[in-house]
Amino acid sequence: MKPEAVSKDFYVISSSPHTHSGASVERIMLDVVIALLPAFAAALWFFRLDALRLTTVCVATCLAAEWACRKAMRRGNSISDLSAVVTGMLLAFNLPPALPSWMAAAGSLFAIVVAKQVFGGLGYNPFNPALVGRAFMLISFTGAMTTWSASEWTQKLRYAAVDAATAATAAADAVTSATPLGYAKEALKAGKDLPIFDLSLLRDFFLGNINGCVGETSALALLIGAAYLLARKVITWHIPVAYLLTVLAYAAVLRLTAPSTSLPPLAHLFSGGLMLGAFFMATDMVTTPVTRRGMLVFGIGCGIITMLIRTVKSGAYPEGVSFAILIMNAFTPLINRATRNRVFGAKRARHE
Amino acid sequence: MTTIRSPHTFRGGIHPAYNKDLAAGAAIRELPTPARLTVPMSQHLGAPAKPVVKAGDMIKAGQLIGEQNGFISAAVHAPAGGKVAAIDSAVTASGRACAAVVIETDGSAERQAMPALTEWRGVDRKELSARVGEAGVVGMGGAGFPTRVKLSPPSDKPIDTVILNGAECEPYLTSDHRMMVERAREIRDGAEIIRHILGAKCLRVAIEDNKPDAIAAIEQAFADMDGDVAVAVLKTSYPQGSEKQQIYSVTGREVPRGGLPMDVGCVVENVSTAFAVWDAVVNGEPLTRRVISVTGDAVAGPSNLLAPCGTLYADLVAACGGIKGKAAKIISGGPMMGFAVGSLDVPTGKTASGLLLLSAGKVTCFTSQACISCGRCVDACPMRLAPAELSQFIEADDIGGAEGIALMDCIECGSCAFVCPARRPLVQHMRRGKAAVMARRAAAKRG
Repeated sequence: MKPEAVSKDFYVISSSPHTHSGASVERIMLDVVIALLPAFAAALWFFRLDALRLTTVCVATCLAAEWACRKAMRRGNSISDLSAVVTGMLLAFNLPPALPSWMAAAGSLFAIVVAKQVFGGLGYNPFNPALVGRAFMLISFTGAMTTWSASEWTQKLRYAAVDAATAATAAADAVTSATPLGYAKEALKAGKDLPIFDLSLLRDFFLGNINGCVGETSALALLIGAAYLLARKVITWHIPVAYLLTVLAYAAVLRLTAPSTSLPPLAHLFSGGLMLGAFFMATDMVTTPVTRRGMLVFGIGCGIITMLIRTVKSGAYPEGVSFAILIMNAFTPLINRATRNRVFGAKRARHE
Repeated sequence: MTTIRSPHTFRGGIHPAYNKDLAAGAAIRELPTPARLTVPMSQHLGAPAKPVVKAGDMIKAGQLIGEQNGFISAAVHAPAGGKVAAIDSAVTASGRACAAVVIETDGSAERQAMPALTEWRGVDRKELSARVGEAGVVGMGGAGFPTRVKLSPPSDKPIDTVILNGAECEPYLTSDHRMMVERAREIRDGAEIIRHILGAKCLRVAIEDNKPDAIAAIEQAFADMDGDVAVAVLKTSYPQGSEKQQIYSVTGREVPRGGLPMDVGCVVENVSTAFAVWDAVVNGEPLTRRVISVTGDAVAGPSNLLAPCGTLYADLVAACGGIKGKAAKIISGGPMMGFAVGSLDVPTGKTASGLLLLSAGKVTCFTSQACISCGRCVDACPMRLAPAELSQFIEADDIGGAEGIALMDCIECGSCAFVCPARRPLVQHMRRGKAAVMARRAAAKRG
C-alpha cells in the first residue's frame, strides 16, 4: 500500500539523522571511471585499437555478467551502480595489448561471476574481482598473458661493459621483447649485469613508452587520475603512499647492497602495474581495511610482497602487484580487527 | 575575560549544510499564550513528574502541577493560569506517551513564584541548587538531565571547570544563538551562579566560530566577570555540542568510557539552562517556557518563539505564518538527532529547541544497501567506533559481538549515517542494538 492511500496529509517517519551528505556508491564508482580516463587515453595513444578493443570487451562482458547474475539470483539489478564498469576497465588495463578478445571475455566472466556475485555482489566480495579475473587468466592462458608485442624500448638499453655477447642478447631482446621487469628478472636468473637505466629511459617509464599491460604503463596518466581521486576524497593517501614508499625503500636497500643485479628504485616505482595497483586496486574500498592504521599496514604489506615476487631469483613471475594485493585482501578482516581505533575515553593501552 | 581559540578539536565529525540563515536573524518573539496547553509530565530525563492537580482545579501561572518523582526527575509547573481541563495522555516529541496536564488558559496575569533572591552570594550552595530543582530546571540542550543533580556533585568529584554550551551544532537550529545575542546578560548572571554553586575556578563559554555575533555579545556581557573566564571559540564541526566532544575541545580532557563529565572535573550546561538558572534563583521563576526555533523550508516565516512548554506544534506553526507549500516531514529538534513526529498535535517541552518542517525535496531516504567498507563512518565517528562493523553485527543479530566493540559508547549523533555512500540506516541499527543490550541487562538483573 502506498502511503498516499492512507492519508493525503501523511508525514514521513524515520530514525535520525534526517539529512545526508549526498554521497553515493554510484558517484564513487563514477569518480573512479573518470579517474581512469587519463590512463585510458594514454593506452589509446600507445596501444591504439587494441586498447579500445580490450576495454570494450571487458566492460561489456562485465556488465552483461552482472546483469545476468542478478537476474538469475532474483536480486535487484545493480549494473547502474557502475561497479561492473570499474571492474571491466581495471581488468582490461591489466591485460597485454595483443591478448585475444575471447580470453578477455572469459576473464571478465570469471571476475564478475566467481569473484563477485557468488559472494553476494558488491560489498560482499573478499577479493578484488578484477585481480581475481587476471589471476585466473594468468594461470589459464599463461602464454598469451606473458607475450608482449614488439617494441623498440629495449634498443635504447646501454651496458656498462659492452661485449659481443651482451650486445647480441640486447639485439635479440629487441625482437622478442619483454617488459622492463621481465627483462630484469631474466638478467637476474642468468646472472648477467643489468643495463644502465639512465634518465632518458626513466622518462619513457614515467610517460608509459614501454612494454606492459594496456593501462598500466603511463605513470603520468595514472597519477593525474589519482590526484582526481584524492581531490574528490574517494581515496585517502594512506594505502598508495605506504605501498609506494615501501617499494622504494625495499628497492633502495637492494640497489645499495647489490647494484649490478637490481633495478634503480625509480625504475621499480614506474614499471609494471605498481602505479595502477597502488592507486586504483589497493584502494578498492570493499577489499581493503577501513581504519587509517589498517590502510598503512595494508600498503606496507603490498609493498613487501610485490618486491619479494619481483626480486626473488627463483620466483616464476617478474611482476607481483596483482598477487600482492590479492594476498593482502585475504588479511583485510584481520587487519581491521587488529587496528580498531581507540574508543573515545578508553585508556591509552595496547589492549583494553 | 579573554577569548581563546580552542587548541583542540575532537577527532571525526562532519560538516552538514547548516541552513541556519533561515532563522538566525529572527529576533526572539513572544508567543501569546495559547487557549489550551498540553503540559507533559515528562519533559526531562528520568521518571516523569507526578501530577498534583486534578481536572476542574483552577491554577495560577507558575504553580506546581507535577512533583519531582525520584532522584533523577524534575518538577513541572503551570506555564499559564486557568482551569485544568483534564489529566490526559500525550505523545511527546520523542514518540513516547506520558501523562499530561491539559490547561484551558484564562489569560490572568496572576503568577505564583518563589520569593526573589538578588543577594544569592551569601546563600548556602545546597540551598541554591535546591532552589534550581524546585524551579524544575533541566538541561535545555536536548537531553533534559535535571540541573539540580548536575549542580550537586559528590564531594570526591571536585569541579574546576564550568563550560557553557553555546555550540548549537545542529543544523537549522538558532534558539541558543538568539539567546546568546539577546539574553547575554542574564546568561552571564546564571553562569556566575552556577560557578558559585560548584565552586569552580574556570568558566568557559563554548561557541562555534560560525556565530560571530553571539561571540561578540557574550564577550561584552562577560567582560566585567572576575576570575578565569573565557569564550572558547570552537571550530565549526558537528557534533561540537556533544558534551564529551565539547569537553575535549575546550579542555583537552577525555571523559573516560562509561564516566561522567565530573570525572574530569567538568560540568557542561547549555546557555539557555544558565538563563533558566538565573531566572529561578534571582526571580524565583520556575522553568515554564523557552525559546524554540520554528524553521525549515516548509515554514512560511521561520522564527524563534518564546513559547510556554505545552504549546502544540500546530500553534507554533500558525504563529509563523503556517506551512509553506507542503510539509513532508516534521522533526522535533534538528535534522541530525531530532525525532520525526507524525502530526502537529505534539506539545513542546523544556528540551524542545527546534521544530523543523521539511518539504519533500529535503527529505532524505535511507535504504539498506550492502556496506562497501569505504571507512567513511570510521573517520566520521566522534566516539571513534566502527559503525560499519557494528551495524553488520547487529544485522546478524550478534548483539554480544556489537557490545564487545563498544556499541554502548555510541552517542547516536548520526555522523556515520550522514556520510554513508550506501545510505545505510546506521543509527537505526545502533538504536536497535542498544535496546537489545539494555533488555538483556535488565533480564540479567531480574535473574
